Amino acid sequence: MSFGDAFFGISWLDIIIRTLIVVIAMTVVVIYLTYGERKVVARFQMRLGPTRTGPAGLLQGVADALKLVVKEDLRPRNADRWVFEFAPYATFVPVFLVLLTLPFAENWGVRNLALGMFFVFAVLGLNIVGVLMAGFGSGNKYALLGGVRAAAQMISYEIPLVVALLTVAMLAGTLDLNLIASLQGDRPFILVQPLAFVIFFIALLSELHRAPFDIPVAESEIVGGYFVEYSGIRWSMFQLAEYAALWGFSIFGSVIFLGGWNFPFGSEVGVGLQLALTLIKSTLMILLIFWVRATMPRLRMDQLMSFCWKVLIEISFVLLLITGFFLYYNWPQEILALVNWGGALLLLTVIFIRTRRKSEAEDLVGTYKNIEVTE
Amino acid sequence: MSFYDTWSAVFIALIAGVILVGTALIGARLLGPFAREQGKSISYECGMLPTGKNWTQVHVRYYLFAIMFLIFDVETIFIFPWAVRFLDLPSHAFWYMVFFVLILSGALFYAWRKKVLEWR
Repeated sequence: MSFGDAFFGISWLDIIIRTLIVVIAMTVVVIYLTYGERKVVARFQMRLGPTRTGPAGLLQGVADALKLVVKEDLRPRNADRWVFEFAPYATFVPVFLVLLTLPFAENWGVRNLALGMFFVFAVLGLNIVGVLMAGFGSGNKYALLGGVRAAAQMISYEIPLVVALLTVAMLAGTLDLNLIASLQGDRPFILVQPLAFVIFFIALLSELHRAPFDIPVAESEIVGGYFVEYSGIRWSMFQLAEYAALWGFSIFGSVIFLGGWNFPFGSEVGVGLQLALTLIKSTLMILLIFWVRATMPRLRMDQLMSFCWKVLIEISFVLLLITGFFLYYNWPQEILALVNWGGALLLLTVIFIRTRRKSEAEDLVGTYKNIEVTE
Repeated sequence: MSFYDTWSAVFIALIAGVILVGTALIGARLLGPFAREQGKSISYECGMLPTGKNWTQVHVRYYLFAIMFLIFDVETIFIFPWAVRFLDLPSHAFWYMVFFVLILSGALFYAWRKKVLEWR
Protein backbone atom coordinates (compact mmCIF):
# COMPACT_ATOMS: atom_id res chain seq x y z
CA MET A 1 0.00 0.00 0.00
CA SER A 2 1.38 3.39 -0.94
CA PHE A 3 -0.03 6.89 -1.11
CA GLY A 4 0.76 9.07 -4.15
CA ASP A 5 3.33 8.70 -6.90
CA ALA A 6 7.07 8.46 -6.62
CA PHE A 7 9.08 11.56 -7.49
CA PHE A 8 12.78 11.01 -8.27
CA GLY A 9 12.36 7.54 -6.77
CA ILE A 10 11.14 9.03 -3.49
CA SER A 11 7.43 8.85 -2.65
CA TRP A 12 7.24 12.07 -0.64
CA LEU A 13 3.48 12.09 -0.15
CA ASP A 14 3.52 8.51 1.15
CA ILE A 15 6.22 9.32 3.70
CA ILE A 16 4.48 12.51 4.85
CA ILE A 17 1.06 10.85 5.26
CA ARG A 18 2.53 7.93 7.22
CA THR A 19 4.56 10.30 9.42
CA LEU A 20 1.38 12.32 10.12
CA ILE A 21 -0.50 9.14 11.10
CA VAL A 22 2.33 8.24 13.51
CA VAL A 23 2.32 11.79 14.95
CA ILE A 24 -1.44 11.67 15.61
CA ALA A 25 -1.30 8.14 17.03
CA MET A 26 1.61 9.12 19.28
CA THR A 27 -0.22 12.17 20.65
CA VAL A 28 -3.37 10.19 21.45
CA VAL A 29 -1.38 7.31 22.95
CA VAL A 30 0.72 9.62 25.13
CA ILE A 31 -2.36 11.45 26.46
CA TYR A 32 -4.01 8.15 27.37
CA LEU A 33 -0.79 6.60 28.73
CA THR A 34 -0.52 9.36 31.34
CA TYR A 35 -4.16 8.72 32.26
CA GLY A 36 -3.62 4.95 32.18
CA GLU A 37 -0.54 5.10 34.36
CA ARG A 38 -2.30 7.20 36.99
CA LYS A 39 -5.30 4.88 36.95
CA VAL A 40 -3.31 1.60 37.08
CA VAL A 41 -0.87 2.76 39.76
CA ALA A 42 -3.83 4.13 41.75
CA ARG A 43 -5.49 0.70 41.71
CA PHE A 44 -2.23 -0.88 42.90
CA GLN A 45 -2.26 1.53 45.82
CA MET A 46 -6.01 1.03 46.54
CA ARG A 47 -6.99 4.48 45.29
CA LEU A 48 -9.35 5.44 42.49
CA GLY A 49 -7.12 7.75 40.45
CA PRO A 50 -8.67 10.49 38.29
CA THR A 51 -12.49 10.22 38.22
CA ARG A 52 -13.85 13.76 37.85
CA THR A 53 -12.89 14.92 34.34
CA GLY A 54 -15.23 13.23 31.88
CA PRO A 55 -16.65 9.71 32.30
CA ALA A 56 -14.30 7.77 34.64
CA GLY A 57 -11.78 10.58 34.32
CA LEU A 58 -11.14 9.82 30.64
CA LEU A 59 -10.55 13.47 29.73
CA GLN A 60 -7.89 13.98 32.41
CA GLY A 61 -5.00 13.83 29.94
CA VAL A 62 -6.66 16.34 27.60
CA ALA A 63 -7.30 18.71 30.52
CA ASP A 64 -3.67 18.41 31.63
CA ALA A 65 -2.41 19.16 28.12
CA LEU A 66 -4.66 22.25 27.83
CA LYS A 67 -3.52 23.49 31.22
CA LEU A 68 0.14 23.10 30.23
CA VAL A 69 -0.34 25.02 26.97
CA VAL A 70 -1.78 28.09 28.72
CA LYS A 71 0.81 28.09 31.49
CA GLU A 72 3.60 30.65 31.64
CA ASP A 73 6.89 29.48 30.19
CA LEU A 74 9.76 30.56 32.44
CA ARG A 75 13.48 30.73 31.81
CA PRO A 76 15.73 31.35 34.81
CA ARG A 77 18.04 34.37 34.60
CA ASN A 78 21.29 32.47 34.91
CA ALA A 79 20.39 29.66 32.54
CA ASP A 80 22.54 29.23 29.44
CA ARG A 81 19.97 30.56 27.00
CA TRP A 82 20.46 28.53 23.82
CA VAL A 83 21.33 25.25 25.53
CA PHE A 84 18.24 25.65 27.69
CA GLU A 85 16.00 26.46 24.70
CA PHE A 86 17.22 23.60 22.52
CA ALA A 87 17.25 20.85 25.14
CA PRO A 88 13.54 19.88 24.58
CA TYR A 89 14.24 19.47 20.84
CA ALA A 90 17.31 17.31 21.49
CA THR A 91 15.34 15.14 23.90
CA PHE A 92 12.16 14.65 21.89
CA VAL A 93 13.37 14.35 18.27
CA PRO A 94 15.51 11.18 18.80
CA VAL A 95 12.58 9.45 20.50
CA PHE A 96 10.35 10.41 17.60
CA LEU A 97 12.89 8.99 15.15
CA VAL A 98 12.65 5.62 16.94
CA LEU A 99 8.95 5.45 16.01
CA LEU A 100 9.90 5.85 12.35
CA THR A 101 11.21 2.34 11.80
CA LEU A 102 8.86 0.26 13.98
CA PRO A 103 6.72 -2.26 12.06
CA PHE A 104 3.23 -1.84 13.51
CA ALA A 105 1.90 -4.48 11.11
CA GLU A 106 3.51 -6.39 8.25
CA ASN A 107 5.53 -3.81 6.28
CA TRP A 108 3.52 -1.08 7.97
CA GLY A 109 5.86 1.37 9.56
CA VAL A 110 6.77 4.75 8.11
CA ARG A 111 9.74 3.09 6.41
CA ASN A 112 11.39 -0.23 7.15
CA LEU A 113 15.13 0.36 7.52
CA ALA A 114 17.44 -2.55 6.73
CA LEU A 115 19.53 -1.64 9.79
CA GLY A 116 16.48 -0.98 11.97
CA MET A 117 17.89 -2.22 15.28
CA PHE A 118 21.16 -0.34 14.79
CA PHE A 119 19.24 2.83 13.89
CA VAL A 120 17.18 2.60 17.09
CA PHE A 121 20.34 2.45 19.23
CA ALA A 122 22.03 5.20 17.23
CA VAL A 123 19.20 7.68 17.84
CA LEU A 124 18.74 6.48 21.43
CA GLY A 125 22.30 7.64 22.07
CA LEU A 126 21.36 11.17 20.94
CA ASN A 127 18.67 11.31 23.63
CA ILE A 128 21.42 11.41 26.29
CA VAL A 129 22.76 14.62 24.72
CA GLY A 130 19.35 16.28 25.26
CA VAL A 131 19.26 15.18 28.90
CA LEU A 132 22.78 16.53 29.50
CA MET A 133 21.87 19.81 27.72
CA ALA A 134 18.87 20.24 30.02
CA GLY A 135 21.02 19.49 33.06
CA PHE A 136 23.86 21.84 32.19
CA GLY A 137 21.80 24.60 30.59
CA SER A 138 19.44 25.15 33.51
CA GLY A 139 22.10 26.66 35.75
CA ASN A 140 20.73 24.81 38.74
CA LYS A 141 22.50 22.45 41.14
CA TYR A 142 19.71 19.88 41.18
CA ALA A 143 19.40 19.93 37.40
CA LEU A 144 23.15 19.44 36.97
CA LEU A 145 23.19 16.53 39.41
CA GLY A 146 20.15 14.95 37.74
CA GLY A 147 21.67 15.46 34.29
CA VAL A 148 24.98 13.77 35.05
CA ARG A 149 23.25 10.99 36.97
CA ALA A 150 20.88 10.35 34.08
CA ALA A 151 23.74 10.36 31.59
CA ALA A 152 25.84 7.95 33.67
CA GLN A 153 22.89 5.62 34.11
CA MET A 154 21.79 5.71 30.47
CA ILE A 155 25.23 5.09 29.00
CA SER A 156 25.88 2.24 31.44
CA TYR A 157 22.62 0.42 30.81
CA GLU A 158 22.92 0.87 27.06
CA ILE A 159 25.63 -1.83 26.95
CA PRO A 160 23.59 -4.76 28.40
CA LEU A 161 20.57 -3.54 26.38
CA VAL A 162 22.49 -3.68 23.10
CA VAL A 163 24.24 -6.98 23.85
CA ALA A 164 21.01 -8.70 24.95
CA LEU A 165 19.34 -7.65 21.70
CA LEU A 166 22.37 -8.73 19.67
CA THR A 167 21.86 -12.31 20.87
CA VAL A 168 18.45 -12.19 19.19
CA ALA A 169 19.99 -10.59 16.09
CA MET A 170 22.46 -13.51 15.96
CA LEU A 171 19.57 -15.95 16.11
CA ALA A 172 17.66 -14.08 13.40
CA GLY A 173 20.72 -13.25 11.30
CA THR A 174 19.43 -9.78 10.53
CA LEU A 175 18.89 -6.32 12.03
CA ASP A 176 15.75 -5.60 9.96
CA LEU A 177 12.86 -5.32 12.44
CA ASN A 178 10.19 -6.42 9.96
CA LEU A 179 12.26 -9.47 9.02
CA ILE A 180 12.87 -10.33 12.71
CA ALA A 181 9.10 -10.29 13.30
CA SER A 182 8.46 -12.41 10.22
CA LEU A 183 10.89 -15.11 11.49
CA GLN A 184 8.79 -15.66 14.62
CA GLY A 185 5.75 -17.28 13.03
CA ASP A 186 5.93 -20.56 15.00
CA ARG A 187 7.81 -19.47 18.14
CA PRO A 188 8.51 -16.00 19.52
CA PHE A 189 12.15 -15.40 20.50
CA ILE A 190 11.23 -15.01 24.19
CA LEU A 191 10.85 -18.81 24.34
CA VAL A 192 14.39 -19.29 22.99
CA GLN A 193 16.08 -16.34 24.72
CA PRO A 194 14.20 -15.57 27.96
CA LEU A 195 17.40 -14.45 29.73
CA ALA A 196 17.97 -11.89 26.98
CA PHE A 197 14.41 -10.66 27.53
CA VAL A 198 14.97 -10.26 31.29
CA ILE A 199 18.20 -8.29 30.70
CA PHE A 200 16.49 -6.22 27.98
CA PHE A 201 13.54 -5.44 30.26
CA ILE A 202 15.69 -4.36 33.22
CA ALA A 203 17.93 -2.21 31.02
CA LEU A 204 14.84 -0.74 29.32
CA LEU A 205 13.39 0.35 32.68
CA SER A 206 16.66 2.12 33.32
CA GLU A 207 16.85 3.77 29.90
CA LEU A 208 13.31 5.13 30.34
CA HIS A 209 13.99 6.30 33.93
CA ARG A 210 11.13 4.18 35.23
CA ALA A 211 11.06 3.01 38.83
CA PRO A 212 13.06 1.31 40.39
CA PHE A 213 15.73 3.09 38.31
CA ASP A 214 14.30 6.62 38.54
CA ILE A 215 16.94 8.19 40.80
CA PRO A 216 17.95 10.84 38.16
CA VAL A 217 14.38 12.19 38.06
CA ALA A 218 13.53 11.49 41.71
CA GLU A 219 11.17 14.13 43.11
CA SER A 220 11.96 13.50 46.75
CA GLU A 221 15.75 13.57 46.36
CA ILE A 222 16.64 16.08 43.64
CA VAL A 223 13.20 17.68 42.99
CA GLY A 224 12.71 16.28 39.49
CA GLY A 225 16.31 16.14 38.29
CA TYR A 226 17.30 17.64 34.97
CA PHE A 227 13.96 19.29 34.15
CA VAL A 228 13.51 21.09 37.48
CA GLU A 229 13.77 24.54 35.82
CA TYR A 230 11.39 23.72 32.99
CA SER A 231 7.74 24.68 33.29
CA GLY A 232 4.59 24.65 31.19
CA ILE A 233 4.85 23.42 27.63
CA ARG A 234 8.64 22.99 27.72
CA TRP A 235 8.33 20.57 30.65
CA SER A 236 5.57 18.73 28.83
CA MET A 237 7.99 18.16 25.91
CA PHE A 238 10.16 16.10 28.27
CA GLN A 239 7.06 14.27 29.46
CA LEU A 240 5.98 13.66 25.85
CA ALA A 241 9.42 12.27 25.05
CA GLU A 242 9.30 9.97 28.07
CA TYR A 243 5.91 8.48 27.28
CA ALA A 244 6.56 8.29 23.54
CA ALA A 245 9.74 6.35 24.39
CA LEU A 246 7.74 4.08 26.69
CA TRP A 247 5.29 3.35 23.88
CA GLY A 248 7.92 3.04 21.17
CA PHE A 249 10.18 0.73 23.13
CA SER A 250 7.36 -1.51 24.27
CA ILE A 251 6.46 -1.99 20.60
CA PHE A 252 10.16 -2.51 19.82
CA GLY A 253 10.42 -5.15 22.55
CA SER A 254 7.22 -6.87 21.48
CA VAL A 255 8.44 -7.01 17.87
CA ILE A 256 11.79 -8.51 18.85
CA PHE A 257 10.81 -10.86 21.68
CA LEU A 258 7.06 -11.47 21.53
CA GLY A 259 6.67 -11.99 17.80
CA GLY A 260 5.20 -8.57 16.93
CA TRP A 261 2.49 -8.76 14.28
CA ASN A 262 3.35 -12.34 13.35
CA PHE A 263 2.87 -14.69 16.30
CA PRO A 264 0.50 -16.63 16.61
CA PHE A 265 -1.70 -15.89 13.56
CA GLY A 266 0.93 -15.45 10.85
CA SER A 267 1.00 -13.03 7.96
CA GLU A 268 -2.19 -14.21 6.21
CA VAL A 269 -4.56 -12.32 8.54
CA GLY A 270 -5.32 -8.72 7.62
CA VAL A 271 -3.60 -5.54 8.76
CA GLY A 272 -6.35 -4.87 11.31
CA LEU A 273 -5.73 -8.06 13.30
CA GLN A 274 -1.95 -7.55 13.08
CA LEU A 275 -2.30 -4.02 14.45
CA ALA A 276 -4.47 -5.37 17.26
CA LEU A 277 -1.83 -8.02 18.07
CA THR A 278 0.94 -5.39 18.24
CA LEU A 279 -1.30 -3.22 20.42
CA ILE A 280 -2.09 -6.08 22.82
CA LYS A 281 1.53 -7.18 23.14
CA SER A 282 2.86 -3.65 23.68
CA THR A 283 0.07 -2.96 26.21
CA LEU A 284 1.14 -6.07 28.12
CA MET A 285 4.71 -4.79 28.26
CA ILE A 286 3.56 -1.32 29.39
CA LEU A 287 1.39 -2.88 32.12
CA LEU A 288 4.39 -4.94 33.26
CA ILE A 289 6.45 -1.71 33.49
CA PHE A 290 3.66 -0.05 35.53
CA TRP A 291 3.45 -3.12 37.76
CA VAL A 292 7.19 -3.01 38.49
CA ARG A 293 6.91 0.72 39.15
CA ALA A 294 4.12 0.20 41.70
CA THR A 295 5.97 -2.67 43.42
CA MET A 296 9.69 -1.96 43.66
CA PRO A 297 11.37 0.68 45.84
CA ARG A 298 13.90 3.05 44.28
CA LEU A 299 17.52 1.86 44.00
CA ARG A 300 20.35 3.99 45.34
CA MET A 301 22.78 5.42 42.76
CA ASP A 302 25.67 3.14 43.79
CA GLN A 303 23.44 0.04 43.82
CA LEU A 304 22.14 0.96 40.39
CA MET A 305 25.56 1.40 38.82
CA SER A 306 27.12 -1.69 40.42
CA PHE A 307 24.11 -3.81 39.39
CA CYS A 308 24.76 -2.81 35.80
CA TRP A 309 28.57 -3.11 35.75
CA LYS A 310 28.98 -6.12 38.02
CA VAL A 311 25.94 -8.24 37.09
CA LEU A 312 24.17 -7.32 33.86
CA ILE A 313 27.18 -6.68 31.60
CA GLU A 314 28.89 -9.95 32.57
CA ILE A 315 25.72 -12.00 32.13
CA SER A 316 24.91 -10.42 28.77
CA PHE A 317 28.41 -11.06 27.35
CA VAL A 318 28.38 -14.67 28.57
CA LEU A 319 24.98 -15.08 26.94
CA LEU A 320 26.33 -13.60 23.70
CA LEU A 321 29.20 -16.10 23.61
CA ILE A 322 26.94 -19.06 24.55
CA THR A 323 24.51 -18.16 21.75
CA GLY A 324 27.41 -17.84 19.31
CA PHE A 325 28.78 -21.23 20.38
CA PHE A 326 25.42 -22.96 19.86
CA LEU A 327 24.93 -21.38 16.44
CA TYR A 328 28.52 -21.93 15.29
CA TYR A 329 28.56 -25.65 16.14
CA ASN A 330 24.95 -26.03 14.99
CA TRP A 331 23.68 -27.43 18.27
CA PRO A 332 19.87 -27.69 18.60
CA GLN A 333 18.06 -24.56 19.74
CA GLU A 334 16.09 -26.53 22.34
CA ILE A 335 19.23 -26.95 24.49
CA LEU A 336 20.03 -23.23 24.06
CA ALA A 337 16.48 -22.46 25.22
CA LEU A 338 16.90 -24.78 28.23
CA VAL A 339 20.19 -23.10 29.26
CA ASN A 340 18.51 -19.72 28.80
CA TRP A 341 15.47 -20.59 30.90
CA GLY A 342 17.75 -21.83 33.66
CA GLY A 343 19.75 -18.60 33.57
CA ALA A 344 16.63 -16.42 33.53
CA LEU A 345 15.05 -18.23 36.49
CA LEU A 346 18.34 -18.05 38.41
CA LEU A 347 18.71 -14.30 37.78
CA LEU A 348 15.10 -13.58 38.79
CA THR A 349 15.43 -15.74 41.93
CA VAL A 350 18.63 -13.93 42.97
CA ILE A 351 16.95 -10.54 42.41
CA PHE A 352 13.91 -11.70 44.39
CA ILE A 353 15.99 -12.92 47.33
CA ARG A 354 18.15 -9.79 47.34
CA THR A 355 15.09 -7.50 47.40
CA ARG A 356 13.53 -9.53 50.23
CA ARG A 357 16.73 -9.32 52.27
CA LYS A 358 16.38 -7.42 55.53
CA SER A 359 18.14 -4.13 54.90
CA GLU A 360 20.45 -2.16 57.14
CA ALA A 361 17.82 0.57 57.29
CA GLU A 362 15.35 -1.85 58.90
CA ASP A 363 17.95 -2.65 61.57
CA LEU A 364 18.20 1.06 62.26
CA VAL A 365 14.42 1.33 62.58
CA GLY A 366 14.59 -1.55 65.05
CA THR A 367 17.08 0.31 67.23
CA TYR A 368 14.97 3.44 67.15
CA LYS A 369 11.95 1.44 68.33
CA ASN A 370 13.76 0.55 71.55
CA ILE A 371 14.48 4.16 72.44
CA GLU A 372 12.07 5.23 75.15
CA VAL A 373 10.35 8.52 74.53
CA THR A 374 10.24 10.65 77.62
CA GLU A 375 8.24 13.80 77.89
CA MET B 1 11.87 0.85 -1.52
CA SER B 2 15.12 2.40 -2.59
CA PHE B 3 17.96 3.62 -0.39
CA TYR B 4 17.12 7.30 -0.98
CA ASP B 5 13.46 6.65 -0.27
CA THR B 6 14.02 5.11 3.18
CA TRP B 7 16.62 7.66 4.26
CA SER B 8 14.61 10.65 3.02
CA ALA B 9 11.93 9.32 5.41
CA VAL B 10 14.44 9.74 8.25
CA PHE B 11 15.08 13.32 7.10
CA ILE B 12 11.34 14.10 6.91
CA ALA B 13 10.72 12.61 10.37
CA LEU B 14 13.57 14.73 11.73
CA ILE B 15 11.90 17.88 10.36
CA ALA B 16 8.48 16.70 11.60
CA GLY B 17 9.83 16.22 15.12
CA VAL B 18 11.38 19.71 15.16
CA ILE B 19 8.13 21.23 13.81
CA LEU B 20 6.10 19.38 16.47
CA VAL B 21 8.17 20.80 19.34
CA GLY B 22 8.39 24.22 17.65
CA THR B 23 4.61 24.62 17.17
CA ALA B 24 4.00 23.56 20.77
CA LEU B 25 6.45 26.17 22.08
CA ILE B 26 5.11 28.92 19.78
CA GLY B 27 1.52 28.01 20.67
CA ALA B 28 2.31 28.27 24.37
CA ARG B 29 3.97 31.65 23.77
CA LEU B 30 0.82 32.91 22.00
CA LEU B 31 -1.73 31.42 24.43
CA GLY B 32 0.00 31.61 27.77
CA PRO B 33 0.52 34.64 29.99
CA PHE B 34 3.90 36.31 29.75
CA ALA B 35 4.98 38.70 32.48
CA ARG B 36 8.66 39.35 33.17
CA GLU B 37 9.50 39.76 36.80
CA GLN B 38 12.78 39.62 38.71
CA GLY B 39 11.65 37.16 41.35
CA LYS B 40 10.41 34.58 38.87
CA SER B 41 13.73 34.18 37.11
CA ILE B 42 15.73 33.14 40.16
CA SER B 43 16.82 29.53 39.81
CA TYR B 44 14.92 27.08 41.99
CA GLU B 45 16.52 25.85 45.16
CA CYS B 46 13.59 24.58 47.23
CA GLY B 47 12.27 28.08 47.95
CA MET B 48 15.48 29.46 49.46
CA LEU B 49 17.64 32.04 47.70
CA PRO B 50 20.33 30.16 45.75
CA THR B 51 23.75 30.18 47.32
CA GLY B 52 27.18 29.81 45.74
CA LYS B 53 27.90 29.12 42.10
CA ASN B 54 25.16 27.68 39.91
CA TRP B 55 27.45 25.33 38.02
CA THR B 56 28.94 23.22 40.76
CA GLN B 57 31.70 20.72 40.15
CA VAL B 58 30.76 17.15 39.32
CA HIS B 59 32.49 14.21 40.92
CA VAL B 60 35.24 12.53 38.87
CA ARG B 61 33.54 9.09 39.07
CA TYR B 62 31.14 10.11 36.29
CA TYR B 63 34.17 10.69 34.08
CA LEU B 64 35.54 7.22 34.90
CA PHE B 65 32.22 5.60 33.97
CA ALA B 66 32.20 7.56 30.70
CA ILE B 67 35.65 6.14 29.83
CA MET B 68 34.51 2.60 30.71
CA PHE B 69 31.44 3.13 28.52
CA LEU B 70 33.62 4.25 25.63
CA ILE B 71 35.56 0.95 25.74
CA PHE B 72 32.42 -1.16 25.67
CA ASP B 73 30.53 0.98 23.17
CA VAL B 74 33.32 0.62 20.62
CA GLU B 75 33.25 -3.12 21.36
CA THR B 76 29.51 -3.35 20.63
CA ILE B 77 30.02 -1.48 17.36
CA PHE B 78 32.48 -4.21 16.35
CA ILE B 79 30.08 -6.93 17.48
CA PHE B 80 27.12 -5.58 15.48
CA PRO B 81 28.29 -6.65 11.99
CA TRP B 82 29.87 -9.83 13.39
CA ALA B 83 26.62 -10.91 15.12
CA VAL B 84 24.63 -10.75 11.90
CA ARG B 85 27.17 -12.40 9.60
CA PHE B 86 29.47 -14.61 11.72
CA LEU B 87 28.05 -17.88 10.35
CA ASP B 88 28.94 -16.87 6.77
CA LEU B 89 32.45 -15.73 7.61
CA PRO B 90 35.50 -17.99 7.14
CA SER B 91 36.10 -20.48 9.94
CA HIS B 92 37.15 -19.41 13.44
CA ALA B 93 35.29 -16.07 13.19
CA PHE B 94 33.49 -17.14 16.35
CA TRP B 95 36.71 -17.92 18.26
CA TYR B 96 38.28 -14.60 17.21
CA MET B 97 35.32 -12.82 18.81
CA VAL B 98 35.65 -14.93 21.97
CA PHE B 99 39.29 -13.82 22.16
CA PHE B 100 38.31 -10.17 21.60
CA VAL B 101 35.63 -10.27 24.32
CA LEU B 102 38.13 -11.94 26.71
CA ILE B 103 40.67 -9.13 26.18
CA LEU B 104 38.03 -6.51 26.95
CA SER B 105 36.69 -8.38 29.96
CA GLY B 106 40.31 -8.29 31.16
CA ALA B 107 39.98 -4.51 31.04
CA LEU B 108 36.71 -4.72 32.99
CA PHE B 109 38.22 -6.91 35.69
CA TYR B 110 41.24 -4.60 35.94
CA ALA B 111 38.85 -1.70 36.55
CA TRP B 112 36.96 -3.83 39.05
CA ARG B 113 40.18 -4.63 40.96
CA LYS B 114 41.15 -0.95 40.91
CA LYS B 115 37.75 -0.21 42.52
CA VAL B 116 36.57 2.02 39.65
CA LEU B 117 33.16 0.34 39.84
CA GLU B 118 32.76 1.15 43.54
CA TRP B 119 30.81 4.32 44.22
CA ARG B 120 33.16 6.20 46.54
